[in-house]
Amino acid sequence: MYRYDEIDQRLVDERVRQFRGQTQRFLAGQLSEDEFRALRLRNGLYIQRYAPMLRIAIPYGLLSTRQLRKLADISRKYDRGYGHFSTRQNLQLNWPKLEQVPEMLAELATVQMHAIQTSGNSFRNVTTDHFAGVAQDEIVDSFVWCEIIRQWSTFHPEFSFLPRKFKIALNGARADRAAVEVHDIGLHAVRDERGEVGFRVLVGGGLGRTPIIGVVIREFLPWPHLLTYLEAILRVYNRYGRRDNIHKARIKILVKERGPDRFREEVEAEWAQIKDGPATLIAEEIERVAARFTRPAYERLANLDLGAIAVPGFAAWVKRNVHPHKRPGYAAVTLSLKKTGVPPGDVTADQMDAIADLADRYSFGELRVSHEQNLVLADVRQRDLVEVWREARELGLATPNLGLLTNIISCPGGDFCALANAKSIPVAEAIQRRFDDLDYLHDIGELDLNISGCMNACGHHHVGHIGILGVDKNGEEWYQIEIGGNQGETRPGAKAALGKVIGPSFARADVPLVVEKLIGCYLERRDSDAERFVDVVHRIGVEPFKEQVYGNADQRAARHHRERAVA
Amino acid sequence: MAMLIKERRVITESAPSPDANVIRLEPADDPAAVADRLDGVARVEVNFPKFGDGRGFSIGRLLRERYGYKGELRAVGHITRDHLCFMESCGFDAFELREGEDPHEALAAFEDFSESYQASVTRPQPLFRRRTR
Repeated sequence: MYRYDEIDQRLVDERVRQFRGQTQRFLAGQLSEDEFRALRLRNGLYIQRYAPMLRIAIPYGLLSTRQLRKLADISRKYDRGYGHFSTRQNLQLNWPKLEQVPEMLAELATVQMHAIQTSGNSFRNVTTDHFAGVAQDEIVDSFVWCEIIRQWSTFHPEFSFLPRKFKIALNGARADRAAVEVHDIGLHAVRDERGEVGFRVLVGGGLGRTPIIGVVIREFLPWPHLLTYLEAILRVYNRYGRRDNIHKARIKILVKERGPDRFREEVEAEWAQIKDGPATLIAEEIERVAARFTRPAYERLANLDLGAIAVPGFAAWVKRNVHPHKRPGYAAVTLSLKKTGVPPGDVTADQMDAIADLADRYSFGELRVSHEQNLVLADVRQRDLVEVWREARELGLATPNLGLLTNIISCPGGDFCALANAKSIPVAEAIQRRFDDLDYLHDIGELDLNISGCMNACGHHHVGHIGILGVDKNGEEWYQIEIGGNQGETRPGAKAALGKVIGPSFARADVPLVVEKLIGCYLERRDSDAERFVDVVHRIGVEPFKEQVYGNADQRAARHHRERAVA
Repeated sequence: MAMLIKERRVITESAPSPDANVIRLEPADDPAAVADRLDGVARVEVNFPKFGDGRGFSIGRLLRERYGYKGELRAVGHITRDHLCFMESCGFDAFELREGEDPHEALAAFEDFSESYQASVTRPQPLFRRRTR
């Protein structure tokens, strides 16, 4: 956990005071709706379908138990006693009152938390791998680099009024668990032949209504130049990014319209002017930031044979929800927020308190939020796993479905969000209910199913192996289905990919059946159970799946003919 | 007669004579194009036509840091006190606020943030080079 110094704290306190003043001016009629909108958004405050929504920042998903208890507390006091963890590793409260938000922020500041730049046309929360610091394939400790970027991107005087929101992801391990290829800027830590740390720099990736995989504009950026290079990219974007059309304002459109080569040349030309300037990072700063992180006091332990523990139900949980750790005798544990019947990512205040207790007792008082909307206890002794599993099960947090179809990523959708075309949560639940047989789920194997309630793609449907998108057809809620998406190189050679739409959309009630047909097609055609759903889609293409769902071309023509005859 | 903030003070300015040597830049203008005309101008104005249009922040920094402009740099357009702290960091020293915004009350906004992590015109060294360890 990064601990604020006096200046970090002062800036957050000053932000609370500034926002309090802005809220008061708005309520007094001194700020227009439009002006206050731009100001409140950069503090995570939306006006939603039924009430405001406050998005609280959890920088790079790292959270202390003291902070989690404060979140529980705030959700009871100012909201309805629950919160929603988002795909951006943040926490959203759905029912705050506008006038009380400054008070909520003041309380958050007491535990080194805030809602700074969780929305609006500014830098957003920098995200990373939820196994940072404990993964066996780690190259650098990405938390340190994320904190350096967090500071640089907080209240940046030049880049606080960007054309559009801006998301940076950093991955510090060999596998990419941070989805760097689908961010405005993706940074992938690498070491050169001398072992020096640097970053491969990608730009222009993103989801939303124009999903694009980012392009590499620099293969190796030595670490001292990280901030000057980011500054050069942002200056080109701030000056030339489109501001005439909100749907064309992301950096991906600028990169696409100019072409990656010309964009790279512009960035390099700008960088040449500021390279080696005062913003060049120094080793002392990296060490200073690293030293402000609390570190677990690991014991010397040996690895245990978890397979030898014969407790019914335990093995299935270990297989899915327990992950290898770089220290012998330790493991990382995912607490699943994907229990059937509970909206994906939702937790109650009581659960938050109980999770904080668990983390205090078993994981050094810290936890992480994953972009798959689960929580991670990163440093659990293997010998405590059975106990952790029992307690997590009591709390409804031990659904053994990590990486499986029912570990659905979903946005809040039309139940809450004013932008949504359709509801997401009931679709997630209907699918979870249809696939409630755990043996069957395990047989289907690894499968990411992601749901977004509109093309803004907060549920990352483009990169789900199966992606479901809510669409509006003459005022009715319909669902378009894509297959073959992939969030990134979570395993070697599996690059990020965008799904392909299989055909016309479906009514909500039909979605679970369509998913079942897709799965049926996959099971028939896989070479072995080592070949995942997404691998089969990439091998044989979308057509066989289409046929399975819609019938083959002859059947389609016949149906079309019949429908016309009826009409 | 118009009120504006200059060097953190509210002043009243009479209308400039039409032949005053003023350069005015719009958000899409390239400051490089006026770099060799900066000597001896009365001021440079940068227009912020919309509340959320942040291009002028880059223009300000470039004029100061790259083209060495030392004279008055005035932000005009849709400006409220919420911009002042950042604009000052980007090199602006004069501000014409949008109608209805009281410049006297707005002065307090220069104190909104007492520090900044980044290097800027007013703080040429980033915080990490200024911290006492």
